[in-house]
Amino acid sequence: MIEQLSWKVGGQQGEGIDSTGEIFAIALNRMGYYLYGYRHFSSRIKGGHTNNKIRVSTKEVRAVSDDLDMLIAFDQETIDVNGHELHSDGIIIADAKFKPVKPEDCKATLVAVPFTEIATELGTSLMKNMVAIGATSAALGIDTETYKAVVDEIFGRKGEKVVNSNMEAIQRGADAFLETAGGNLKALSLKKADGKNRMFMIGNDAIALGAIAGGARLMAAYPITPASEIMEYLIKKLPDFGGTVIQTEDEIAAATMAIGSNYAGVRTLTASAGPGLSLMMESIGLSGITETPLVIIDTQRGGPSTGLPTKQEQSDLLAMIYGTHGEIPKIVIAPSTVEEAFYDSIEAFNLAEEYQCPVILLSDLQLSLGKQTVEPLDYEKIQIRRGKLSDQDIEKREDKSYFKRFEVTEDGVSTRVIPGTKNGIFHVTGVEHDETGKPSEVPQNRKDQMEKRLRKVSGLSFDTPVYKNDKHNEPDVLLVGFNSTRGSIEEVIPRLEADGYKVNHAQIRLVHPFPTDELKPMLDAAKKVVIVEHNATGQLASLVKMNAGYAEKIESLLKYDGNPFLPGDIHQQCKELLTHGNV
Amino acid sequence: MATFKDFRNQVKPNWCPGCGDFSVQAAIQRAAANVGLEPDDLAVVSGIGCSGRISGYINAYGFHGIHGRSLPIAQGVKMANRDLTVIASGGDGDGFAIGMGHTIHAMRRNIDITYIVMDNQIYGLTKGQTSPTSAEGFKTKSTPSGSIESSLSIMELALSSGCGFVAQSFSTDLKDLVALIEQGIEHKGFSLINVFSPCVTFNKINTYDWFKENLISLKDIENYDPTNRMVAMQTLMEHNGLVKGLIYHNPNKPSYQESVTGYSESPLSKQNLTISEEKFTEMMSEFM
Repeated sequence: MIEQLSWKVGGQQGEGIDSTGEIFAIALNRMGYYLYGYRHFSSRIKGGHTNNKIRVSTKEVRAVSDDLDMLIAFDQETIDVNGHELHSDGIIIADAKFKPVKPEDCKATLVAVPFTEIATELGTSLMKNMVAIGATSAALGIDTETYKAVVDEIFGRKGEKVVNSNMEAIQRGADAFLETAGGNLKALSLKKADGKNRMFMIGNDAIALGAIAGGARLMAAYPITPASEIMEYLIKKLPDFGGTVIQTEDEIAAATMAIGSNYAGVRTLTASAGPGLSLMMESIGLSGITETPLVIIDTQRGGPSTGLPTKQEQSDLLAMIYGTHGEIPKIVIAPSTVEEAFYDSIEAFNLAEEYQCPVILLSDLQLSLGKQTVEPLDYEKIQIRRGKLSDQDIEKREDKSYFKRFEVTEDGVSTRVIPGTKNGIFHVTGVEHDETGKPSEVPQNRKDQMEKRLRKVSGLSFDTPVYKNDKHNEPDVLLVGFNSTRGSIEEVIPRLEADGYKVNHAQIRLVHPFPTDELKPMLDAAKKVVIVEHNATGQLASLVKMNAGYAEKIESLLKYDGNPFLPGDIHQQCKELLTHGNV
Repeated sequence: MATFKDFRNQVKPNWCPGCGDFSVQAAIQRAAANVGLEPDDLAVVSGIGCSGRISGYINAYGFHGIHGRSLPIAQGVKMANRDLTVIASGGDGDGFAIGMGHTIHAMRRNIDITYIVMDNQIYGLTKGQTSPTSAEGFKTKSTPSGSIESSLSIMELALSSGCGFVAQSFSTDLKDLVALIEQGIEHKGFSLINVFSPCVTFNKINTYDWFKENLISLKDIENYDPTNRMVAMQTLMEHNGLVKGLIYHNPNKPSYQESVTGYSESPLSKQNLTISEEKFTEMMSEFM
């Protein structure tokens, strides 16, 4: 019996590889297993190797696994590219059609099952993925009836006949596997899961669900990988709340339209990735100087320019913090789990209205697209806080002069009036302005308005600016990361501790304003600090050094080849850093 | 009820004496009063340039944005509060150069706003460079040997972009301009009004006298039918775009807001932001 399984399906893009993984995963999630899925895909619609690696466990998992127990191959390339991940007890289940061969150094067992042949016999070769699912299930000791509900949901509208032939394909796949492999592979039998109902979702789903829970009713966006799922979910759901998604002509329109509707009183978001964020930079400055709330989701991917559009990277960090010309108040938050992505998405809208400034919710491809099991979210934790928003009193105002929308106040935040309010007229401009919004170049006014805006976020309160695991008083090493590296780092900790090191962990959740006070004691206590991030220049390390110091004990552990960190990568490199010092 | 004076504020425009934009400002104020608006029912969103300052010179909710982006901001405002009357405005550089992408797509999208362009065929605030509506051969600081690029036929472009209200006017024709702005506001959908608004400082070719001599009023064309798009296109081509009046009007095209599935009939800005536990549970269960 095994408690954890690492499974991968691969083939040519456009051949149903994703749906094979999806059906398998949904069924297992419903059995109560915890799953973590990561898709390897290319920026094209058809052709090219694609695979979907899914980890199944009886305990919570948040990272891609180092190795592989089972590989489902629809072509030889899948075996050639991924075979090395299999350990010696692993199994390859491949379509007999392409006469699969194992690479010489691969010790795993190869079982050829006629996926295509069985599917064709049943009516269409398209069902070969169902045959593969059946074979997988037999190898894992999972009852094929488990898939009935999922198959019903997917094919139900095509009629009973289609449902039945798909179920038959699954059964035939299972039979064929058992016939070929016999009873020799029982080692992979999965331990039973708890059967609890949990969600199975990607980070982008959580962000989109959070946006609705957080009161967003409009979205303006331009499609881009890996952000599009957010607009696709919201276009389905926002009409239930009277809202909609407007697909704009470009990201400049998306950001400025969102500014327009936030100004007019509706929580509105836009979501994009690096190239789109580059186009939005001027708008971010407009939101800053006009003190208009704005929520932007940045799902980081490989840059620069078009870069690696379907691959993992965390190289937008400094651009998101410092991007736009001039100086503005800005908040940048970086959830590190799908659950946090949901709650942070809600909080982004609250902070944007409370501090009347742009809020960037930073994600990365692995967090945005990695599909995983998530415990039910807590309705009671949903809050709507709108900050200083004018009430009806303003309508009784006798003074007909422009309202002091940009009044200089102690905390820097001034009362916001929603256009359409009686007696609330004020002016908004991206030009430096006085308290009523009239353009002004008076030096003292400039100074007052700049300082007012910038001091707004100095007192920012954010629930957990740093996720901390600080169980050791004097750790040998403090591991620091942000966004999706959390899962891999957490898996490395017990391995390093087994090697005899005391390890603490800090995952930065609020990247701007930087939580220096929160982090400093952890940096101070550690003998060495290893900052783990997906970029080539150590952007988070620069931020830590700039804000908190400790440059002498900080080492960077970087990965920028497009693939997410495996726990093994971090473990091995960390050990080298701890044993030999600088590498 | 508000009069045009209620749409005045005490801000003195920084336009040059004799600038065509003064009349456009007055025309917007009069049209707003004539259609029965109160100042706080109106939002004026403008771009960057001399004319972009107009949002600060009208007593209404004014938003002076960034260069070329008045239209997306204005569309966002209207989507948030469909009860507000939204006017976007700016110059020819703002709308037809840096912001051209938005202009075309705003016309296609057909959100119910009125776009008033003050077209002076030159960049004034940057002190005299060529614009997309400058005539070929036009000598400016950036085209010392004369512009070698074609002048945009903006009215033809509006017709081909699906705009349901296409009008052109001249800033000194105050009465006609006021009437066109009123019709534009009342049109249910996107309306474009291009107003020739001479720059007295930097454009010595397209002067008040030049327009008086060259512009043809559609009123003078016998039986001109503004609901006929083909005739509208032909007329524009015949007169090299130098016509004034209501060029095309399609009152039957539904606006974006009328077409969006599920879009709230009351202003979204007035909605409660909370979500019921029942709905939230339903949405979560869809991921199970």
